[in-house]
Amino acid sequence: MRVLGIIGSLRAESHNRRLLRAAAGQLPPDTELVIFEGLKSVEPFDERDEHENGGGMPGVDTLFAAIRSADAILFVTPEYNGSIPGVLKNAVDWASRPTSATSPLANKPVAVIGASTGSFGAVWAQAELRKALGLAGARVLDHELAIPTAHEAFADDGRLARAAARRRLGEILEHVVAEAHGGPSAPDVRSSHAP
Amino acid sequence: MTTETEAPNATEVPAGRWNVDPVHSVVAFSVRHMMVGTFRGEFSEIEGTLTDGKLVGRVQVGSLQVKDENLKGHLFSPDFFDLERYPEIVYESSSLTVYDGVLTSTGTLTLKGIHTPVTATGRLAGPAVALGEVSKIGLDLETTVDREAIGLGWNAPLPKGGFGLGSTVTISVTLELALDDED
Repeated sequence: MRVLGIIGSLRAESHNRRLLRAAAGQLPPDTELVIFEGLKSVEPFDERDEHENGGGMPGVDTLFAAIRSADAILFVTPEYNGSIPGVLKNAVDWASRPTSATSPLANKPVAVIGASTGSFGAVWAQAELRKALGLAGARVLDHELAIPTAHEAFADDGRLARAAARRRLGEILEHVVAEAHGGPSAPDVRSSHAP
Repeated sequence: MTTETEAPNATEVPAGRWNVDPVHSVVAFSVRHMMVGTFRGEFSEIEGTLTDGKLVGRVQVGSLQVKDENLKGHLFSPDFFDLERYPEIVYESSSLTVYDGVLTSTGTLTLKGIHTPVTATGRLAGPAVALGEVSKIGLDLETTVDREAIGLGWNAPLPKGGFGLGSTVTISVTLELALDDED
């Protein structure tokens, strides 16, 4: 079982990269996490590149290959100006092509989590990303993990400091892996809230 | 010999096994769109039987006819029908009666693994003897269900209030069935 982690921040030591690393430490058994490192190289979306120039864009090719080889995707996003970071949205726009029935994202189980240094934990970016992924044809988990005050959210060993947040992260990972196995058998975490 | 073009309504549901003629039958739905219009969808691959008063119908989700590929892709995605996991919609009646000219079917609609009790009303016409000495009946049924209750609750808020899709969906079934007398 391979989970692809896509981080919406390009900064090498971003809080959301730390969150993804924390997630890597809580994966269900027999699950590997592969971090997508090519987000900065994904070319800006231009429909003409697809239709008129026949593709041939190495950044997009790498993104497509990474998504197609993954059983599920964990998006970890910060929030810029109340929304999805542009580079991340650009990648989603590419991965939704040519239609939501045939794109690399079609039927792919995906979960969205996020961290921010503010007090809302990137909830708007997460909500908008879930919406965009749904329109792109993905199997979007209707769950959220918001990590506010991210600069204080991690323990020295890299884990999330709060037990409730760790528990919720574990539940979401379990759920997305269960979806990748073909059905919703993980515990329902819709009603639980991280502090 | 009658000169009418339409058979009278039946007063009771006929016995025997009747098979749906998929070419001359329609399974469709409609939903309010942008608060003013009506979006209609129709499934081209349908099958069904009426056997001694029990109506069973199956619809292939992938046969939904939509004029736009992107819209079709979204309708097939997990946001709506989730074609990959739930390729079939099934209806099975538990009761089918004619009373005072009105056909009423109560039964279970199974869509996305959710079993929803529904009651539909309409009319039952015939039997009439068609070409080839085949006995035929016509069966129209319509019902309205809550979209969210049947697992199709996706919606889009509009900028000045309201939502892009209506909260209910009307399901319309118009069937032509032929008596199976090959026993």
